[in-house]
Order: sequence, then structure tokens, then C-alpha cells
Amino acid sequence: MSLDFETPPDLSKHLLGIEGTTREQLELILELTDRFAEIGKRPIPKVPALRGRTVASVFFEDSTRTRLSFESAARRLSADTLTFSAGSSSLSKGESLRDTVEVISSYGADVLIVRHSMAGTPQRVSEWTNASVINAGDGCHEHPTQALLDCYTLKQQRGSLDGMSIGIVGDIRHSRVARSNVLAFSSLGAKVTLIAPQTLMPPSLNNWPVEVSNVLDDVISDLDACYLLRMQAERHSKGLIPSLREYAKDFGLNGRRCEMLSKDALILHPGPTNQGVEITAEVSTDPRSIILDQVTNGVSLRMAVLFMLLGQHETSKQDEVQE
Amino acid sequence: MADRERRMTPPFGGVFVASARVMTRDDMRRAIRRMAHEVIERNQGSEDILIVGLQTGGVKVAENLVKALEEIEGREIESGCLDVALHRDDIGLRPVVPEAATNLPDLIDGKIVVIADDVLFTGRTIRAALDAICHFGRPRSIQLAVMVDRGHRELPIRPDYVGKNLPTRIDELVDVTEEGVDLGVMRK
Repeated sequence: MSLDFETPPDLSKHLLGIEGTTREQLELILELTDRFAEIGKRPIPKVPALRGRTVASVFFEDSTRTRLSFESAARRLSADTLTFSAGSSSLSKGESLRDTVEVISSYGADVLIVRHSMAGTPQRVSEWTNASVINAGDGCHEHPTQALLDCYTLKQQRGSLDGMSIGIVGDIRHSRVARSNVLAFSSLGAKVTLIAPQTLMPPSLNNWPVEVSNVLDDVISDLDACYLLRMQAERHSKGLIPSLREYAKDFGLNGRRCEMLSKDALILHPGPTNQGVEITAEVSTDPRSIILDQVTNGVSLRMAVLFMLLGQHETSKQDEVQE
Repeated sequence: MADRERRMTPPFGGVFVASARVMTRDDMRRAIRRMAHEVIERNQGSEDILIVGLQTGGVKVAENLVKALEEIEGREIESGCLDVALHRDDIGLRPVVPEAATNLPDLIDGKIVVIADDVLFTGRTIRAALDAICHFGRPRSIQLAVMVDRGHRELPIRPDYVGKNLPTRIDELVDVTEEGVDLGVMRK
């Protein structure tokens, strides 16, 4: 299937990926997020903006952060939530993906938040339903809201991503987070370096706006931000790395490497962390680590995304506006 | 009239054509001054007063009201601003614009909140503002100050302090700027 990336995607309908989006579209979402972050600080962190709308999270793969933050974002906007998780559903009786999606849509869902282990599933789902679709992670393809919240977190710390040097370290090959982040970071003006053993690099890096290194120690001191990826053991076929211990020794962020990192560098991780593999416990609590900010910002960013999809639909149809 | 009202008023893409200037800059200055005195008179002083400007047109009115109160009372008056877009019942009609921020003091319990806006029309913005403010706490009372009351209310809401009562046709528009207040229509 060939996709058209010439024209930017219509982000008022679906959010399927970062690919194809313009810098202006990304910046608008980040600015909107600021407004929604303020709501989170109110004594009652809730506004009636999406009252009567239904947000369904449709997760065929496990998740803590993404699902919980989408659901709390929906509730802060007063939307109703439906939760589907593959483990406890009729999937085990052999119901197909398409039937499942149609059932959820007919319960009145206005937006489906889809996570699946197969790349392209959210795109496919969007062809089967009238609801909006948000990609919450599809296989090794994209995870756009994670990338956006990472951009927001970096922007919150530094004001802008322009000219930042960001290293993405680890299991790039299997990481949808890395893919979305490379696109988003570079779209916003950062210089991205991928750092991993050659076996964990994607088979082809054609057209990726990145530099590549196989030795973390060579480049670590030049980074303004060090983005660690989770080692995705569940997606590995055997034999990509000799052992987790050896990986941790060469690519893990430990106390020694942390000292090589510049003193105002930032440390990020999309979670969940494998402590002792890509990051050690002492590093998670280093003052330069903004991993918890990422989690907090996840809710505000996802409020902005939900509102972008659901809150402004009728703008052009309505012909009556009052002051 | 804020930019977003202008953008969102039919016919879309039209321009505002003023037919009459109903208040000059001086008229507005005097109206603000009078309203400031009325606020003090009604509340027997300026203790616990919190002026809240509604984004985006009310923010300037609030600023001026605060300045006038401070001059008269010789003390600092608390103020804030509020964007009610997410509390409206006609949401979807108005885009949430990133630049319209909400910034209220942490504690509004027991305060006398005076909402300030440029034009009072259907009352729906004020309903949304009442709703939003009650999410922040429990003020002792909430009062309403507007530069222009143009009528055509759709809800049982009335202002406590009015710069000018201006009878209008429903299809007319009232534009409040720093220069003055204009009455006009949108034309393609």
C-alpha cells in the first residue's frame, strides 16, 4: 500500500503518525498543550469541553501509561470512556479485528484509541469506522502521541528544540517511539543521532534525517538530550545482542556515563524502564532526568489531541455564533 | 471585539464595517472610572475584590478597571484572567486559541469576584464563566461589569456595572477597542 505524504494529514480527523505532518501542525499541538496543562493545575482539574462524547481505548497490546493517560485526559475533558482490552474480550472466541471495531463504533464511540502489534492497524481501522482514530502505537511503526509529549517536555525545559542535539539510544529497530521521535524532533529543528549496536539499527536508514553511531561513549558528551529506549525483548527474534548484560555494559546509562554527559543535558525514557539494562536506578533519580515530567505531560498532551479531534468539528458547519 | 469573534461571525471571512462610533476613548475612560466607584460603593470598599477579565475582549476592560480602582483606593487590587472556551455550551463554534490563557490566584474562596467583559449579549459567555469560576473555589459573591450591554439576553443574567446600555439589532456587532466602541455589521 502506498500512502500519500505529499499533502499533510488532516489532524482534525485522525492522528495516525508523525510522518507527513508539518512543523506548523506539530507546533500548534504543543501550544494547545500549554493551555490544557493549566487545567491540570486547577483545584478541580476538569472542564466540560467534551461532555457527551465517547472515547474508546482499544488496546490489543498491554499498556499502562498510554491507556491511563488517554483515559484520564478524556475524563478531564468530561468525555465518557469505554475500555477494550484484548485479554478479556471475545477475541479469544475468534472474533475478528474488523467485527470488534464495528461493535465498539456502534456503541457510539467518537474516537478510537488503537494500539496493536501490527504496523498499519490504526490506518486500517480508520477505514472501517466513522469515528476518529488515534494511533497509540502500532508494531514497530509509529507512536505519535509519545513523540509529541517528548517534544513538549523538551520544549518546556529548553524553550525550543531548534539546534538541540538529541541522541536516541537503544533498540531502534523495534521501536515505534524512535521512529516517531526521529520525525518529530527533526521536524522541530533538532539534530538527531541514533546510537545502537548495528544489529538493533533498522535494516535501512534511507531518507532518515539522522546521524548514526555504534559507540555511545564516542558521542555522549556532545548530546543536549539523551533519549533511552526500552529493550523490547518481546519483539526480538533471538541473537540480536549477545546478552542483556553486555548490552547494559556498552549502551546502558550508568553512573559513569552520566558523568560524561554534559551538566545541562536532559535524560528521557518513554517507559517502562528495564532498570539495570538501559538505565540504572541512580540515573533515574539524577536531577537531569525528566522521565517523570514526560509522564505528567502525557495527560495534557493527550487532552490537546482529543480536543483537536473532537472539540472543533462543527466549526465550519455552524452559521450562528454569539458573543 | 476580539479577533476570534471577528473570525467566527457570519458571513465568514467578512469584514467589520462600522456605522457609528457610540463611545469615544474619553467616554470609555469616564465609564471605567464610574464603574470603579460603583464597585467600591456597592462593596463598601475594595477589600477582597478580585477582578477577572474574560479572554480575550474582557482582559483590557479588567486592566483598566483595576488601574482605576488602584488610583481611587491607593492599594493593590487583585486580578486575573479566564478563558471560558472549554466551558461553553456552544463548544465547537469557537476554536480554542493557544494565546488565550487562564490565570487566576490560587485562592478565590471568600473573595468578591467581579467578572469584566467588553460586550454583554446573550449571556452565554457569562454562564460559562460562572461555571468555570465555581470550579476554582467558592467566592463570597460574583458580580459582573461590562463596557457595553447590547441586550438580546438568552439567559437570566444581568450586569451589576454597565459602561453603556446600547440597544442593538441582533445582526449588528459591537466592536470594543482601545480607541472606542463602534456599532456596525459584518460585510462580505
